[in-house]
Amino acid sequence: MIFTYLKVFLCGGLLCALGELVILKTRLTPARILVAYITAGVILSALGLYGPFVQFAQAGATVPLTGFGHLLAQGAISAVQEKGWIGAFTGGVTAAAAGIAAAVFFGFFTAVLFRPKAKP
Amino acid sequence: MVKRVTPGSKLLEGCLRAFWVGGVICMLGQGIADLGYQYLALNSTEAGAFASMALIFITALLTGVGIFDRIAKYAGAGTVVPITGFANAMVSPAMEYRPEGWVLGTGAKLFTIAGPVLVYGITASVLVGLFYSFFGG
Amino acid sequence: MGKRVGEQTVLIENHVGIASSFAVVGPKEGKGPLGQYFDQVLEDPLCGQSSFEMAEHVMFKRACEKCIEKAGLEKGRVQMMLGGDLLNQIMAASLSARDLAIPFLGLYGACSTMTESLLVGAMLCDGGYADPVLCAAGSHFCTAERQYRFPLEYGCQRTPSAQWTVTGAGAHLLMRDGGEVRITMGTCGRVIDFGISDANNMGAAMAPAAADTVWHHLRDTGRSIRDYDQFITGDLGAVGSRLLYDLLGEKGVPLSGEKHTDCGLMVFDKDQDVHAGGSGCGCAATVLSAYVLPKMCTGEWRRVAFMATGALLSTTTSQQGESIPGVAHLVVLERERT
Repeated sequence: MIFTYLKVFLCGGLLCALGELVILKTRLTPARILVAYITAGVILSALGLYGPFVQFAQAGATVPLTGFGHLLAQGAISAVQEKGWIGAFTGGVTAAAAGIAAAVFFGFFTAVLFRPKAKP
Repeated sequence: MVKRVTPGSKLLEGCLRAFWVGGVICMLGQGIADLGYQYLALNSTEAGAFASMALIFITALLTGVGIFDRIAKYAGAGTVVPITGFANAMVSPAMEYRPEGWVLGTGAKLFTIAGPVLVYGITASVLVGLFYSFFGG
Repeated sequence: MGKRVGEQTVLIENHVGIASSFAVVGPKEGKGPLGQYFDQVLEDPLCGQSSFEMAEHVMFKRACEKCIEKAGLEKGRVQMMLGGDLLNQIMAASLSARDLAIPFLGLYGACSTMTESLLVGAMLCDGGYADPVLCAAGSHFCTAERQYRFPLEYGCQRTPSAQWTVTGAGAHLLMRDGGEVRITMGTCGRVIDFGISDANNMGAAMAPAAADTVWHHLRDTGRSIRDYDQFITGDLGAVGSRLLYDLLGEKGVPLSGEKHTDCGLMVFDKDQDVHAGGSGCGCAATVLSAYVLPKMCTGEWRRVAFMATGALLSTTTSQQGESIPGVAHLVVLERERT
């Protein structure tokens, strides 16, 4: 149990530190980092590399945005196995639906309830 | 000349901060998933989705009350790379553009920063699926 | 003597003085080192409005109204109003001009707008085309963040070279034979591009323009650094100021911290977490009104070269990969020797 959490912490932390290194070295904006991470996640997952990493690091691999990419890719692949080529279109978003819907839903209601504040 | 007078960011310090905050956020995700698995009778896929939703909710709340950007200023990629960065990228423009109206402000601008993430993530996954259906099947 | 000297410099022959000035700033600026000098410090950055854009407008209008009031004039007496801000289509200035009903020439020079309007205003006043002339500029942190960077609640780190937009508006009323401090010369700057494309390093984008304007001014007038008590730039910040010294040094003009101050470096404390200093139209406008003019009135400075610098940045062309050109206009402020 403790060992699992240690793995989660180290792997998740490393992915974040890598992102920070790229931001500081290349001056890429965070939005570009997000795009790079999710696309990298899709590609690594399709190559079969990210799956074993998720087995090993669990939330340390799924919580970073590469995990979101993994979810999309695995969703597409398993839907293709079930339903054929149409699964390529239905599978990815279905697998990632919870995250997308939650972000839209909570984003909207936060805008209803809160106003942006000036920075001190 | 410009390079010489422009101060650089502190590399090691920045990475360490991103490391520990990012690690803690992932552990939090693991904890939430474990709770869902054990007490809410969720299967492992559902537990992962549950953890994502919970982290998104926490981010939305912290963004709403104006705390998230302070954590992010400290942690940098530590909050950007986890799903919290995605959530903040949706919530903050939704709030910011509220004065421009519910439809063209909040509704349309919700995706200004996070939109590209979905565009490239989904496009890549469709390509992977198509590739798999033609060559991998 | 003609009204021009050299390539870029104009002479203001008649007495065109700054009859009154007024500076309104936000709460963060009020807590800064110059806090006590501003005419008004807002407690609420929203000014009781529903959006920060409207707050910027209210602030701009207030600076204009109070400035006219301070000079003891009626609004109707002011013959022309010049100014601008950082909003799209300079809406804060335009809406203020609508409310004040003064004939209005909108100007955009990014953060150089304050000296741009003083320069144009002084020429109009000197030529007898308008008198008095109201010159104003303003900016708001919260509207500039959204326009040029990210939403306020978006979590990201600012790079060390990034600057903090000043929330504030400053207005100056120019009058023939009015005021202790007069504008005697102006140098209209060329747009200079150093190929900087990092919107978080505006100081570096503007410094070459500032160096070019100072160099032309000195060459046009045959003066040297020694002829001035102080060179004051608008918002070069820490990075831009160092670059300015280096660029002028290469041309054999020895400007250093002794003869130079930057409004962006004065307006905030180092511990206010503003990285390379303040910026924005409101930075030069409020510091001129609250700090530079009073210092001239007490006689500490007699002749000052005041130069606001602007980074002519548009998010559209910036995203298309175009670099950020800079511009700097200089006005010479002198106090009559009594």
